[in-house]
Amino acid sequence: MSALELSSRSRLDSRRARARATFGQLLRSASFDVGAVIVVFWIVDAIFWHALVPQDPQALNPLAALQGPTAAHWFGTDWLGRDVFSRTLAGSTSVLEIAPLATLLGIAGGTVVGLVTGYYGGAVDALVMRLVDAFLAFPLVIIAVLVLSLLGTSEITVIVLIGVIFTPVVSRTVRSVVLVERDKEYVASARLRGEGDWYIMTAEILPNVTTPIIVESTVRLGYAIFTAATLSFLSLGIQQPSPDWGLTISLGRQYLQIAPWIVLFPAVALATLVVAVNLVADSIQQVMAQ
Amino acid sequence: MLTYLSKRLLLALVTLVLVSFIVFLASDVLPGDVGRTILGNFATQAQVHALDVKLGLDHPLLDRYWIWVSHFVRGNWGTSYTLQVPVFGLVMRHFLNSLILGAFALVLIVPISITFGVLAATHHDRPLDRVISVTGMSMLALPEFVTGIVVLVVFSIVVHWFPVSSSVPVFSLPSIVRNLFLPALPEMVLIFGYVSRMARAGTVEALNAGYTRTAVLKGLPRHRVMMRHVLRNSLLPTITVVAVQAGYLVGSLIVVETIFNYPGIGNLIYTAATNHDQPVLQAAVFLVALVYTLSNLAADLLYAVFNPRVRLAS
Repeated sequence: MSALELSSRSRLDSRRARARATFGQLLRSASFDVGAVIVVFWIVDAIFWHALVPQDPQALNPLAALQGPTAAHWFGTDWLGRDVFSRTLAGSTSVLEIAPLATLLGIAGGTVVGLVTGYYGGAVDALVMRLVDAFLAFPLVIIAVLVLSLLGTSEITVIVLIGVIFTPVVSRTVRSVVLVERDKEYVASARLRGEGDWYIMTAEILPNVTTPIIVESTVRLGYAIFTAATLSFLSLGIQQPSPDWGLTISLGRQYLQIAPWIVLFPAVALATLVVAVNLVADSIQQVMAQ
Repeated sequence: MLTYLSKRLLLALVTLVLVSFIVFLASDVLPGDVGRTILGNFATQAQVHALDVKLGLDHPLLDRYWIWVSHFVRGNWGTSYTLQVPVFGLVMRHFLNSLILGAFALVLIVPISITFGVLAATHHDRPLDRVISVTGMSMLALPEFVTGIVVLVVFSIVVHWFPVSSSVPVFSLPSIVRNLFLPALPEMVLIFGYVSRMARAGTVEALNAGYTRTAVLKGLPRHRVMMRHVLRNSLLPTITVVAVQAGYLVGSLIVVETIFNYPGIGNLIYTAATNHDQPVLQAAVFLVALVYTLSNLAADLLYAVFNPRVRLAS
């Protein structure tokens, strides 16, 4: 075995050891454990809800409409007599489809923009960052309301929209770390070797900025769930008859005074998911910062 | 200071021009056929064209942008398509209502948030800190409509303390509290999350700083160290956040005002967007972005005034 192979292998080993240490540290954090258990619960539920629900979440039963919690309907029934418990379990799917895909899109777009502007700097960087500033002057939900009300809505539109809105935010984070990396010696030596710009950006700089990108992804995921649910609530996201939590809360609002359980359970479900994702994100951020 | 000031002002100006262009493009290009949207499917092509001419939609894009901006600056914001009233008065009235709601929330919650943030910092890494930090973070994470709904169920349905739908209060304390407390609660939850977190971070940093150690070793009494050395430095970033929050709040108002039926700018934007009321939408969204940019600017300037390091570095 040559010396070079040996050194690259030991580097890999040390990287693995570090990853294992980081993960161990995460597991010891109580807020990470609680958050992770809840997130995993909802992910399992989003995939296997068919096997978990006691009743078909779409089954209508007008004669049993607006009933409070009973042994037959643990969370009561909604205005069409559908089982709120089953609908709450089935309602996690849409948000857990939209949010991760939107996050992925925003992270990918933001990483590309951040790498390019941070690496090249100069006029393009200045222009793009001014545009980012201008873009960030709009509250996220307002951009979404503006665009969706004009373009119409679908699951794909919501995913793309949230991804696009996230791109400038992510690009700013990535750019700031690339700015630090690009002046380091390994980049200079890659340049001396005659590597192309694209190679330096993707193969040299990118692996060194993964930590802030991972932290940003977890934080963004929380925001994506927040935004997707809010758009459903404003009836600009998922449409009927989906058991989506945001949509259910929006539609059930008019029965609030006579049947508060219709909105209360999806609201609690959503609250546990968002808080759990943020607990995980926060713990990862703290461990990575060390 | 003067160079910093002029540099920062120029930057804000560039941002504002870009912002105005984005608003214009979004509301002008995206809706497609405005005349057709307003008149519906049964209008003839000639009628649609006549309306387009009347609304000035037959001019080139840059001309329309220039006309819009020059009118906007003079307060001539056009007429609402659906309500047939001048946009300026409409938007300003709703904006003022939101301002009242936001101010009410800020005044109530900012002192409490700062207190808890500082308390968490002085108990750094102890149980009290954990409780405050996790509570603050959860409050920040919750969508406004979730807190709004829970608040509504608890306060106006379980116990009948507050009305389900809020209106603008007349100028008396009971009326203000009655109408504003519920819609302000979800906002307060959000602000508490931000402000307490910033106050905690700033205070932890100041507590670990060399000047604090010097002050303690000098034998100064604890409260004096806190007031004159720690808080003076730690509340700086908090001031910035509160100022930036003022702009951010406007965004969350869309949801809160819809839930509580409060006639503010968020409610107006949502209605205008669903009704394709382009002049109202343009003006209201631009106003929101304007407020956001200006409050950002104000935050930066405040920061510079309080912090000589920023002021003198440039």
